[in-house]
Amino acid sequence: MRRLALVIEVVAIAILFASVFAGAARYPLMGGATALLAGAAFLGWRSPRRSMPGFWLWYLSLLVYAFLYLPLAIVVVFSFNNSKLNAEWVGFTLDWYHRLMGNADMLQAAGNSVLIALTAAAMATILGTMAGIAIHRYKSRVLPGMVFTPVAMPEILLGVSLLVFFLNTAKPALASVGVEFDLGLATVIIAHITFCIGFVAIIVRARLAGMDESIFEAARDLGASPWQTFRLVTLPLILPGVIAGALMAFTLSIDDFVITFFTSGLGTKTLPLEIYTMIKTAVTPEVNAVSTLLMLLTLAMIVIAGRVAPEVLRGKE
Amino acid sequence: MTSRADAARAHGLTRWLVSTPPFVFLLLFFAIPSLIMVVASFRFPGEFGGLAPLVPTRPGEEAGLTAENYEVFFGDWVYFQIFLKSFGVAGITTLICLVMAYPVAMLIARSPKRHRDLMVLLVILPFASNFLVRVYAWMIILGPMDLLFSRFAVLLSMVYVHLPFMILPLYTNLEKHDPALLDAAQDLGANGWERFWRVTFPLSLPGIFSGSALVFIPVLGMFAIPEILGGKDDWLVGNMIKESFLGTRDWPFGSMLSIMLTLCVLGVAAMAAWLAARGVKRA
Repeated sequence: MRRLALVIEVVAIAILFASVFAGAARYPLMGGATALLAGAAFLGWRSPRRSMPGFWLWYLSLLVYAFLYLPLAIVVVFSFNNSKLNAEWVGFTLDWYHRLMGNADMLQAAGNSVLIALTAAAMATILGTMAGIAIHRYKSRVLPGMVFTPVAMPEILLGVSLLVFFLNTAKPALASVGVEFDLGLATVIIAHITFCIGFVAIIVRARLAGMDESIFEAARDLGASPWQTFRLVTLPLILPGVIAGALMAFTLSIDDFVITFFTSGLGTKTLPLEIYTMIKTAVTPEVNAVSTLLMLLTLAMIVIAGRVAPEVLRGKE
Repeated sequence: MTSRADAARAHGLTRWLVSTPPFVFLLLFFAIPSLIMVVASFRFPGEFGGLAPLVPTRPGEEAGLTAENYEVFFGDWVYFQIFLKSFGVAGITTLICLVMAYPVAMLIARSPKRHRDLMVLLVILPFASNFLVRVYAWMIILGPMDLLFSRFAVLLSMVYVHLPFMILPLYTNLEKHDPALLDAAQDLGANGWERFWRVTFPLSLPGIFSGSALVFIPVLGMFAIPEILGGKDDWLVGNMIKESFLGTRDWPFGSMLSIMLTLCVLGVAAMAAWLAARGVKRA
């Protein structure tokens, strides 16, 4: 009986999802779904406990999983909707994707995003790997604070401090030696490297922590120079962590909004900045289309990262 | 002997080569900007925004250092209230996240090992979509229901955006619990609720505290959600900071607010670490 209750719950969630697309029938459907959810809870409560001891965990978790997925599913479905309003399902179209492909601003923003993410991820991977090794192997005392604090702080703090630094310190200092400098691609890349280093270092350090130290001692005893030890022993062993770190840095960079917002200046746009402008001014399903594409990209990154280094997906601790 | 000395020198050199680049980079682009921010919070605003010079360039110009920004902050109840409101929103968000995360984390921890990775992945996946997309999703849902631009919309999407940060550390903690403890409690006559409340819950406190810090701290500095989904009274510290830097362009005031926010974040992080350590000792 408790399994039946869970089936009813899933049906109710499906109805709830459909109600968003139903226009005028929205509220009756929502009411029906709520009644079904209550009915499922009642049925589970009255059924014998033995039939399924974990019922309540399943019942509540299904609701939470639905809460996590329904909003995103709705964004995706509306990106194929043949209507300017995200209010009611009218019919299938690929129009919004076509329009996106003809949107020069959007394409340029996408180009910027990819360029920034590739550069920032490459640099952050090199520096982050170094930091991870320095912290784990050489027990560096100053680095952990500098590497991990940007990860733990609210992003806005890093964003505004870099804004002040770039405009108030770096710009006049460089101007005095004749170099013109302003907010733009370069400042965004620097800012992204700064917060990505910590994430790469965390992953690389976790990888190093899981390894047997005696391998490195053995390499040294056999006469390997530090560089040989690194290239022939350490690097191959931590490589999955390094690659996962690079993918993580790429994802974080391409998705970042807050830090980019403060360090990009007026001329440089990235995809998240474009999305922000669009949802603040004119909401059209074009936002849904670009969101869906961005979601696919990140999804691909995560799947690859999970394949290369499964430990990345196990909690952030 | 010489070869050992050489090895030690080579070791020292590698150490230096590996530590220096990240150190210099972060010194330049993290530590120094943070210090500049501290100094900026004691400066006067420039005539056309930004910062006034440290040395006056013409007579009568406000220049140098001042504690005025802090005086304004502590002299006016309004700023205090916004900080209190931010703490309130962060606290409520954390609490709702905790209540929603617990069953999921517990279900994953008690599922067969081979299913756990997939269930964790299912928690992470939606979190991989862009943050603005997740906020936008709620605009679509709440818009036709006339629930946009309200405190409710702000809290709902705060919870939505931060929920995985609570589920993951909680699950990592719950996974380590020894099921024998629950069996023992059952043999001693504890019912389901007692087993949860007197065994599982106290043991999970370290996970709760680290998850809470991961939710509480980012919410405290959030500006985009209140700006997009909230009304004007839903502004939090983050919105004031953003407004000071990009709106009124009073950088010293914005820097002061950022410093105050940093202090709050440090306080919260220290408290979470202390509570988690104490929880471990007691458990």
